[in-house]
Amino acid sequence: MLSSKGWDPCLETSFLHCRHQEYIGKVTHAVFQTASGKKRVIVATEKSVVASLNLRSGEIFWRQVLEESEPIDGLQVALGKYAVSLSRGGSLRSFHLPDGSLIWETSLYTSPSPAQLFLLPSDDLLVLKQGIVYVVSSADGRLLWTADLLDESRLAQTSLSFEGKNIYVAGFSGSSIALFRIDASTGAFTTLKTTEPLNPSSFVLSSGVFAALDTQGDIVTGLMEGEVVELQKTSLATLLDSPVSSAQLLPDKIPGGCVLSTDGGSIFVLGLDKKGVEVLQQIQGPAVVSNSIVLDGTFAQSFLQRVNSKEIRVRVLSGKEWIETAEETVEVDPNKGGVQKVFMNAYIKTDRSRGFRVLIVGQDHSLALLQQGKVVWSREEALASVVDTLTAELPLEKAGVSVAEVEHDLYEWLKGHVLRLKSTLMLATAEEQTALQALRLNNADKTKMTRDHNGFRKLIVVLTSSGKLFALHTGNGGIVWSRFIPELSTKGSLKLYPWRIPHKHVDENPVALVLGSSHDGTGFAAWVDMLTGSVQETLALPYSVKLALALPLVDSSERRLHLLIDDQNKAHLYPTSDESLSLFEKYMQNVYFYIADKGAGQIEGYNIKSQIDSGEEGGLVFLSQKIWSVLFPKDSETIAAITTRRADEMVHTQAKVLGNRDVWYKYLNKNMVFVATVTPQDSRVGAANPEETWLVAYLIDSVTGQILHRVSHAHAQGPVHAVFSENWVVYCYFNVRNHRHEMSVLEVYDKSADGKDVLQLMLGRYNASVPFSSFSPRNLEVKGQSYFFPSTVRTMSVTFTARGITGKQILVGTIGNQVIALDKRFLDPRRSADPTPMEREEGVIPLSEGLPVFPQSYLTHAARVEELRGIISVPARLESTCLVFAYGIDLFFTRTAPSRTYDSLTEDFSYALLLITIVVLVVAIAVSMVLSQRKELREKWK
Amino acid sequence: MERGSKARKWAIDFGDGASSREVADPPGYSRGASSEIEDASAARQKEKVEASWKQQKAWEIAQAPFRNLFMMGFMMWMAGNTVHLFSIGITFSALWQPISALQGIGKVFEPYKDARTDVLMPKLLFIAMNLVALGMGLWKLNSLGLLPTHASDWVSSLPPPQMVEFSGGVLSS
Repeated sequence: MLSSKGWDPCLETSFLHCRHQEYIGKVTHAVFQTASGKKRVIVATEKSVVASLNLRSGEIFWRQVLEESEPIDGLQVALGKYAVSLSRGGSLRSFHLPDGSLIWETSLYTSPSPAQLFLLPSDDLLVLKQGIVYVVSSADGRLLWTADLLDESRLAQTSLSFEGKNIYVAGFSGSSIALFRIDASTGAFTTLKTTEPLNPSSFVLSSGVFAALDTQGDIVTGLMEGEVVELQKTSLATLLDSPVSSAQLLPDKIPGGCVLSTDGGSIFVLGLDKKGVEVLQQIQGPAVVSNSIVLDGTFAQSFLQRVNSKEIRVRVLSGKEWIETAEETVEVDPNKGGVQKVFMNAYIKTDRSRGFRVLIVGQDHSLALLQQGKVVWSREEALASVVDTLTAELPLEKAGVSVAEVEHDLYEWLKGHVLRLKSTLMLATAEEQTALQALRLNNADKTKMTRDHNGFRKLIVVLTSSGKLFALHTGNGGIVWSRFIPELSTKGSLKLYPWRIPHKHVDENPVALVLGSSHDGTGFAAWVDMLTGSVQETLALPYSVKLALALPLVDSSERRLHLLIDDQNKAHLYPTSDESLSLFEKYMQNVYFYIADKGAGQIEGYNIKSQIDSGEEGGLVFLSQKIWSVLFPKDSETIAAITTRRADEMVHTQAKVLGNRDVWYKYLNKNMVFVATVTPQDSRVGAANPEETWLVAYLIDSVTGQILHRVSHAHAQGPVHAVFSENWVVYCYFNVRNHRHEMSVLEVYDKSADGKDVLQLMLGRYNASVPFSSFSPRNLEVKGQSYFFPSTVRTMSVTFTARGITGKQILVGTIGNQVIALDKRFLDPRRSADPTPMEREEGVIPLSEGLPVFPQSYLTHAARVEELRGIISVPARLESTCLVFAYGIDLFFTRTAPSRTYDSLTEDFSYALLLITIVVLVVAIAVSMVLSQRKELREKWK
Repeated sequence: MERGSKARKWAIDFGDGASSREVADPPGYSRGASSEIEDASAARQKEKVEASWKQQKAWEIAQAPFRNLFMMGFMMWMAGNTVHLFSIGITFSALWQPISALQGIGKVFEPYKDARTDVLMPKLLFIAMNLVALGMGLWKLNSLGLLPTHASDWVSSLPPPQMVEFSGGVLSS
């Protein structure tokens, strides 16, 4: 469990180009804490974060990131000072409200089953997990009593209510309803029987009254008193005065009542008491129901309705009769989708009247606070779940810039440099220092929406799992645009493809292709302008997309040809124009694809056979045929990782020159695939026998299916992370015998060109740059070596630069949520214990068993990118520099220069000091020249 | 050694009668009678001496680079085989000296060139010596790794090959 608060390195002057943004994820639970002190709302999220937010601004006071594999099932505020969270694994944790420090932690059970957390009127906590009730003291986390209602058998869809000293529990036991009454102080319980057997579709318990909807369309109510619950039946149709085909009781609790939603979208508030059931209020149209709050001894609840795409209506019902006490129409951003959850809170306005505020969670995971008819603040929590990214170049700077602007810029520039100079000469006052700091941070240059010379200003387009797209500016991390695509289903995989990257038509905007699945499971494609965020076109595909290939072909308007492979391995070509068809037909026999199936333990390779008539659907459809397959022995190998080279990777040269001036030719086959398989894991904990676990690494040509290289590591165990760049693969795994993580490297060289003498090369007899085909066999040599790595790896990536001349760094995301930049030279298979002087000259580092991690190699410095999931590197235009974007719950952006910034001066370089130095030198030379001439003259007169 | 070119103040050349011209000839002495014989023999003598001296000089000059070779060799050995300012300077001076010497070969042997002195052989020796020096310079250049004699010098910026086939794939679980 990690707390993140305190020093933010991104505010330090030396790390000016790094940006760190903190998020919490989609909110699932929220409790307002407005009674005393700072007004805050405690939230729990899908990302297992417990956080305290400032109710006025939405800023994070504190947050605690819990185990992501254990979602938070419940959140309560106990005793007015502790925020208590219940995790899926049975851990109950109490955090101090003002600062988020952990007060106590209790583990109630270990099974990963869903449970509910309630706050008893006595301020103790109650956990209900599948028929077992735990009551825990909120002061110290001590278990007060437990009650196993069903003797270990399970109770599903439980509902619970309190009435006086009793706790009532209802749930499905098998297919029938089981009802219980528990003494709140001792835990003694009675099983209640019903007068007739019940088989309801939904039920609810409220203030000691049981209500259920049975399959005949009747609502059945009963008072939970005595040993036997007497049931009363009322027909829904007569109750609601209209025929109802299907209805549902919502689990949202209303004391003394329940909420019924019908298939027509209407919502009914029903009152339950001894006499039976009655309709208290009716709300037409679909609505989202909030939690209920206690208000002057009675209760209040809000209902949110969408008026149109821009406005939502908040209606608050309260009192015994559930009369509408407040109604507000709030204008919201239409780009947020529907409202999924509402949390309500009441407050006293300055004029002593009562006001309500609601916290809404949007379909796009956003969190917003509505108060007095407007949005007070909102948080884009979708950014906590980034799934894919693309970068877009900003447009070129327009030629016409006004004189005033230039003058202003010049003035600012001069001012900045004078300040910088003062600071260098230690003449600056404290005020000037702060002014300089501010100037550095809010440099207007950084956030311009135009391309810069060094290529540092870009847009990072991120696709989040909610189906919302964001464009983040690399200068300040600000959101330039966001677009919610409601048609995208959050279940399937979501990917971004560069559809159109203009090089010739530079004044046109780049376009990204968003590929996901629609709500019915078939494919869905959307084309989004990367600079403005406008959706140009959407297309619901009649098939589900298994794989999309971005072909190395572009049409005359610079649209990249994409091939979508459906689940029947038919290939669909986009864009569907005659031009793209003719382009593709020429190239068709060179297109291959492979599908690796983890379950079946095989990789199958296909090529494109012929075009087929697509029938009514239209489009360009091609048949594929299987040409090869690689089968792994199922009992000893399962696929753990597959990695390929990045399609757009730039490599400067295929020759590697050694210290003794020999040359090795890198095997730069873009179709080479690295596959790692591991021994299937026994599901039992600690079952891995170090003697029997293996990791096998393959290098496979994905065109021919040929296994180019195979190497096995004994005592190795997954998870395997790998990066593939140029002619090498670096992968890491866990060594069970040594109990350490290992990182291995494989470098592939083409030895078929060896033995050519200099004369032949001079005369150009050997032309090594002939097009490379996988069908012409090469004589390969693979060099490998393994090293220990001191940290657990979450994710791995590698730096990319504009031309591929600069050295490489391997970017390792560690379990501590930090990014380490590891120089590739440490992962050189040619490292030996005693390198020859030639090798030393070349820069081969003497062998050591472990890879060093220096404090300076942490790209994230002291910041932590919580739940780090991916690291993306983007080349800047400056060859030495690479932009790094890391995402998890947090976002982090920085720059790295693997071989130092050899091609630029630092941003902080004092040009003024340089100028002054030059001027002083010139003056000194002139003065000394005059003086020496005079002296010479005097000498001559002597 | 520079007897021919620079006359010393107090040197009296008795071979030449000119210095005693102011003193009257003793009676009975006929200047013309003896001088003819003496002059002829002296001139012959002188020319002979001069010719042999010139020949000797020419050989000396031809051999001069030989001494330089050892010095150059020693300096090269001292400079080591890593590329830095000192070794580069030495190597380039070792290359430049013989080349400039060969360029000025006509001038070097001009003073000794006449009908009776044979400068061809010294010239050849001089050329040979300088070529040896040049060779040493080149050898040094090569040992510094500055000569394109290896395959790596010709392919170091060889661009990566174009791919004929295209392939992509996915891992489905």
